[in-house]
Amino acid sequence: MGIGTVEGFATADRAQVAAALRSMLAQDAVIDDPIALAPYEADAFTTRRQAPMLAALPASTAEVSAVLKYCHEHAIKVVPRGAGTSLSGGSHGLADGITLGLAKLNRVLKIDYENRCAVVQPGVTNLGISNAVDGAGFYYAPDPSSQLACTIGGNVAENSGGVHCLKYGLTTNNILGLELVLMTGEVVRIGGPHLDSGGYDLLGVLVGSEGLLGVVTEVTVRILPKPPHVRAMLIGFPTIEDAGDCVASIIGAGIIPAGMEMMDQAAVRAAENFVKAGYPLDVAALLIVELDGPIADIDQCFATIRAIAESAHAVSCLESRDDNERMKFWAGRKAAFPAVASLAPDYYCMDGTIPRHRLADVLRRIEEMSARCGLAVVNVFHAGDGNLHPLILFDANKTGELAKAEKFGEDILRLCVDVGGVLTGEHGVGVEKRDLMPLMFNQVDLDQQMRLKCAFDAQHLLNPDKVFPNLKRCAELGRVHIHHGKMRFADLPRF
Amino acid sequence: MARFLPQCVAELAEIVAAAADEQSPLAVCGSETKRNIGRTCAIADVLSTAAIRGIKLYEPEELVLTVYSGTPLGEIEAALAQRDQHLAFEPPRFHRLLGTEGPTSIGGVVATGLSGPRRMTAGAVRDHVLGFQAVNGRGELIKAGGRVVKNVTGYDLSKLMAGSFGTLAVLSEITLKVLPRPARVQTLVAQGVGAREGVSLLSRALGGPFVASGAAWLPPQLAGNGDSLAAIRLEGTAESVAARGLALRTALSAFSGTLDHDESCALWQSVGEVEGLADMAGAVWRISVPPMSGPDILEAVPGATGFLDWGGGLVWLLVPETGDCAAERIRAAVAKVGGHATLFRASAEMRRTIPVFQPLEGPLAALTRRVKESFDPLHILNPGRMYPDF
Ligand SMILES: Cc1cc2nc3c(=O)[nH]c(=O)nc-3n(C[C@H](O)[C@H](O)[C@H](O)COP(=O)(O)OP(=O)(O)OC[C@H]3O[C@@H](n4cnc5c(N)ncnc54)[C@H](O)[C@@H]3O)c2cc1C
Repeated sequence: MGIGTVEGFATADRAQVAAALRSMLAQDAVIDDPIALAPYEADAFTTRRQAPMLAALPASTAEVSAVLKYCHEHAIKVVPRGAGTSLSGGSHGLADGITLGLAKLNRVLKIDYENRCAVVQPGVTNLGISNAVDGAGFYYAPDPSSQLACTIGGNVAENSGGVHCLKYGLTTNNILGLELVLMTGEVVRIGGPHLDSGGYDLLGVLVGSEGLLGVVTEVTVRILPKPPHVRAMLIGFPTIEDAGDCVASIIGAGIIPAGMEMMDQAAVRAAENFVKAGYPLDVAALLIVELDGPIADIDQCFATIRAIAESAHAVSCLESRDDNERMKFWAGRKAAFPAVASLAPDYYCMDGTIPRHRLADVLRRIEEMSARCGLAVVNVFHAGDGNLHPLILFDANKTGELAKAEKFGEDILRLCVDVGGVLTGEHGVGVEKRDLMPLMFNQVDLDQQMRLKCAFDAQHLLNPDKVFPNLKRCAELGRVHIHHGKMRFADLPRF
Repeated sequence: MARFLPQCVAELAEIVAAAADEQSPLAVCGSETKRNIGRTCAIADVLSTAAIRGIKLYEPEELVLTVYSGTPLGEIEAALAQRDQHLAFEPPRFHRLLGTEGPTSIGGVVATGLSGPRRMTAGAVRDHVLGFQAVNGRGELIKAGGRVVKNVTGYDLSKLMAGSFGTLAVLSEITLKVLPRPARVQTLVAQGVGAREGVSLLSRALGGPFVASGAAWLPPQLAGNGDSLAAIRLEGTAESVAARGLALRTALSAFSGTLDHDESCALWQSVGEVEGLADMAGAVWRISVPPMSGPDILEAVPGATGFLDWGGGLVWLLVPETGDCAAERIRAAVAKVGGHATLFRASAEMRRTIPVFQPLEGPLAALTRRVKESFDPLHILNPGRMYPDF
């Protein structure tokens, strides 16, 4: 069968694969109609599109295992997919591969308040988990802005973050266990409702592995009691530098807020225009600081933060008096992306992280680049952990603008790496930043990572075109060069 | 038998590369204070990272620290304390329990992946390693991660390093997330409560809005005044700790006793270091289970002495050092509830014959072996330290 070759697949092969998969899954769980396949052409990284050979929608671990086993035997590539909200092209289809949609695995299997954990299937949405435990006063901490739509399986694959990750950690810090189906169809369980597992921390390496190592079919998450009190502060600054200094000083004072988000003037104006949150329009930067916990802590910390803000030349400093007002503070931030979308036909969202003390410097240089290339940029980001989200405005219908925006984005990421930061804080490498990996890693580093992929998927069938600029064959990576008998360091002191 | 003490990272890489060429295994260690954790394996040549030491970068306002792997933990803790910061995972030294002394290296802390009482809420060693540099079993210098908390660029190999007991790569440099150190500690105790009642109280305290950072249960013979106790640790500013203490006691009146700052520090130090069992003869197990199942494990071996940390989720159990050290009983009990049992302290002979780490089965065993070989294809780094055949 000519399937799984780079040239693509023949129609006859597609029919054959579809028939085989239909024998394992429900009739309507195999999609091979080109029109019905359109939604699988891209995720939220929309600038490149490719429809998969077909899509399969298993409804149980056994079905996932059967599909993977079949694909393994026939060397067919597989792309796992949750809700398709990846911003890096993580679930982009492959012409010679199937897309494995996990949305049907959408049940909450167990909630265990006493042990403070819940067991859910991968297709449950992020918010769905919090909603399921809300009544008992619990929640699931990581809260990506896409939480209404994105799945916990996708969160695990991307190690997703959210505004409250500053205090409560990313997905990786809030997952206790996984059930995983390997490309061979073998099912393994890693971790569980307990904290430490002996053996290698495979859980740690699976979170953030972008669907390249295995298909997650069950997730045990940690749930937390909701904080008794939450309050937010809205602080306006005359310059970005002042705002950056304030962020650094708050952390320097030993305060870890629940969230600390920044918006630049363009973002503030767009958001205010969009939702009328009551933001001051004359500030160069607006900071939202949220504190949660016991009331005594909140009062004390806000007093300190107010003093820090004042010495950082803050021009306005509002504390939310009730939950309504707090939600209003957040309304603009939450609507920032759609608000920015109203400024231009298209925008391109970047995701580099930098050391906090470089904030002002990096934002100024981004501004300079923006002026040079003629594309506007708006900044809305997780200031507390230095995770930038510059939004580059462009019009894809104008010839050359997409390429210009992509080039600008690449320059921003180079800058992030240059100042000691990284290419991606929470959106993943995917297809988008694959070719930039050498900015952070040399070939030896990348080879090591690819060898790990080989340990999970020796034929590179699982989501193979993501993350690595040049995925080497496992046979090549596995070779060991021995300089028989030659002691390269014979003179080294031994004692 | 050789002992290698490389003075710099380049030397370290040379030694491992040479060992790979000769296919001659290395016993990888730091300052050797945890050498008796893990399986007993006879490896002639020892490679220590103890001389590759020093703080490379410490930026308190960035909450980040980069150190060479041989740096003594004490040196790191002292530097952090000067800026009112700490390693939130509270790494124990286990000196008394294991009968060791002297400085313990940060490389060893990360490689063994063992965290203290705060692990329950603040996360484990693995949650605080942001990046690293190491020499893999091919003698290649590799790096992963970075110096920022939010980073999903490439696989999170830092997590894999934590708890891999030097079997994947020899750590040379480690970047850690550091956090502000709480000013005050207070402990609320409920006295005279059995294990089940104790974990149920702890669970209610942890499920409430009190932001506890420690939750332990001690049996009469290990609690100071001869009465069993359940203890909840509260940390923060003096005002905050007092307010939360009051709220907790109002909600759960059983927590009627209070330990002040110094008493609290002593209690949690002794819980984390397992001091209560340290001087008693016998083998010691470290068992991680769902918190509410802790008491089941305590009862699994008649006559055993043990206590619970992590709200019940971490069981320290002392058993007679005879036969299989109750391995079969303990692992059967753990299998029922889910979890892992490690034979933490036992004679070299016991650790040769009894699987120290939870035995792996089926596809997970094969996968673990492939992961090992992806770093160390020739099995030269600590072979046998974790599992008998690799
Ligand atoms: C408007 C908007 C706002 C966003 N805000 C945030 C934010 O605040 N923080 C943040 O971190 N991200 C954010 N994202 C990005 C995105 O929502 C996250 O990456 C999310 O985790 C993706 O989940 P998903 O279910 O859509 O996964 P998909 O996009 O379907 O897939 C993402 C990756 O996960 C893999 N995958 C999915 N399910 C599985 C599985 N069961 N097993 C193995 N691999 C799997 C896929 O192969 C792919 O590589 C945002 C996206 C949008 C569109």
